[in-house]
Amino acid sequence: MRVTIPSPLLSYTGRREVQAEGQTLAAVLTDLDRQFPGIRFRMVDEQDHMRTHMRVFLDADELRGLESQLRPAATLHIVQALSGG
Amino acid sequence: MATPALLVATRKGAFILRSDKARRSWKLSAPIMLGHIAHHLVQDPRNPKTILFSVRTGHLGPTLLISNDKGRRWKEASSPPAFPKVVEEGKKKHVLDHSFWLTPGHASEPEVWYAGSSPQGLFRSEDGGNSWAPVAGLNDHPEYSQWMGASENGTPDGPKLHSVIVDPRDAGHLYVAMSSGGVHESRDRGATWKPLVRGLSVVEGFPADQLYVHDPHCVRLCPSNPDRLYQQNHCGIYRLDRPGETWERIGMKMPKKIGDVGFPMVVHPRDDSVCWVFPMDGGTVWPRTAIDGKPAAYSTRNAGRSWQRLDRGLPTRDAWWTVKRQAMCGDARDPVGLYAGTTSGEIWASRDEGRNWRCIARHLPEIYALETAEL
Repeated sequence: MRVTIPSPLLSYTGRREVQAEGQTLAAVLTDLDRQFPGIRFRMVDEQDHMRTHMRVFLDADELRGLESQLRPAATLHIVQALSGG
Repeated sequence: MATPALLVATRKGAFILRSDKARRSWKLSAPIMLGHIAHHLVQDPRNPKTILFSVRTGHLGPTLLISNDKGRRWKEASSPPAFPKVVEEGKKKHVLDHSFWLTPGHASEPEVWYAGSSPQGLFRSEDGGNSWAPVAGLNDHPEYSQWMGASENGTPDGPKLHSVIVDPRDAGHLYVAMSSGGVHESRDRGATWKPLVRGLSVVEGFPADQLYVHDPHCVRLCPSNPDRLYQQNHCGIYRLDRPGETWERIGMKMPKKIGDVGFPMVVHPRDDSVCWVFPMDGGTVWPRTAIDGKPAAYSTRNAGRSWQRLDRGLPTRDAWWTVKRQAMCGDARDPVGLYAGTTSGEIWASRDEGRNWRCIARHLPEIYALETAEL
């Protein structure tokens, strides 16, 4: 499926859009980490929680939890909220 | 030919300051990982081409970078420090915020590194920093929660494990310190631990027999005498001579109007009677700034029986910065070079063991850590 990447993670992918396989968000993130080693731990902590300010949308629907089911025809948007200074 | 350098970790990235052999002129590198939070950069004394770099990004998880060419190129560790995933209900699920402290392992174990984290945890790598495993003897210790307390007991920017020390005579003999959590010692490579807090004061009114109220800020072992440790604590300056187990508060000999509160501790590379501190204001609400806006290092040259103020060249007024616990260091040259990085982004250097200071870098982001290197 098509996955869009936020700017803080471009150092891993080198491009805004990549392809990844998986029927759940967990599976897609695992596939991303296989292709771009290290990227998953920057997004997901060791207790399998998305890190604060990380958001993932399937088309326009926000996903809650790594076990969320995906639709292959949809686009997965990884979004990084920016705050702080 | 290697020349002196400083590895600078700041709130907005890392920098390398390179000098000449005489330590007269300093040249600042371009930022490394600009915008990322740099916690610690440390050169490997066993393989000086290698530097480890602990880094985090505002909203991305923590990671660790490795350079094998003196800081020119960096690659990410394949498995950076992380707590184990907890599946049991009711058990505390620790999440690593960042690796705060990096220490190379013993000379006889050239691939070993240790990392101390926030929240408090100890991690070990046996492959040059590429992959890391928790030191279960500490992180899973049955008294972990009593030692560390709740997260609100930690320092304002997160409770942390720091001052990871490997005895140069024995790879299995380790010390660590925790803010909060006290000082601990292991003689079996981290499998078992024993608190080492006797003699240390705690904030008035708190129970000194509870480890979670102990707040060592920085502990250093003397390279010239591994049986001697110096400590800058939240509540004073101390010395410990092993095999003794009771810290002596040598800060009581500091001038009363200065007191003995501070963050960093630096020890002399060849003389175990010499150390340096950088006092801060620990009065009233604990401003943690230079006292009266007049920064000064203090040194003892007799193991704490007396102290000398060392402020020549430092601002004489209106300087309200702080030197954090990792942001003061000394080199191994003769005379010893001292370096202090400030919360206001300046680096001050002395080529004569603190007698004269000058500013060698300014306008940097808040400095979190400084380490000397030979690059």
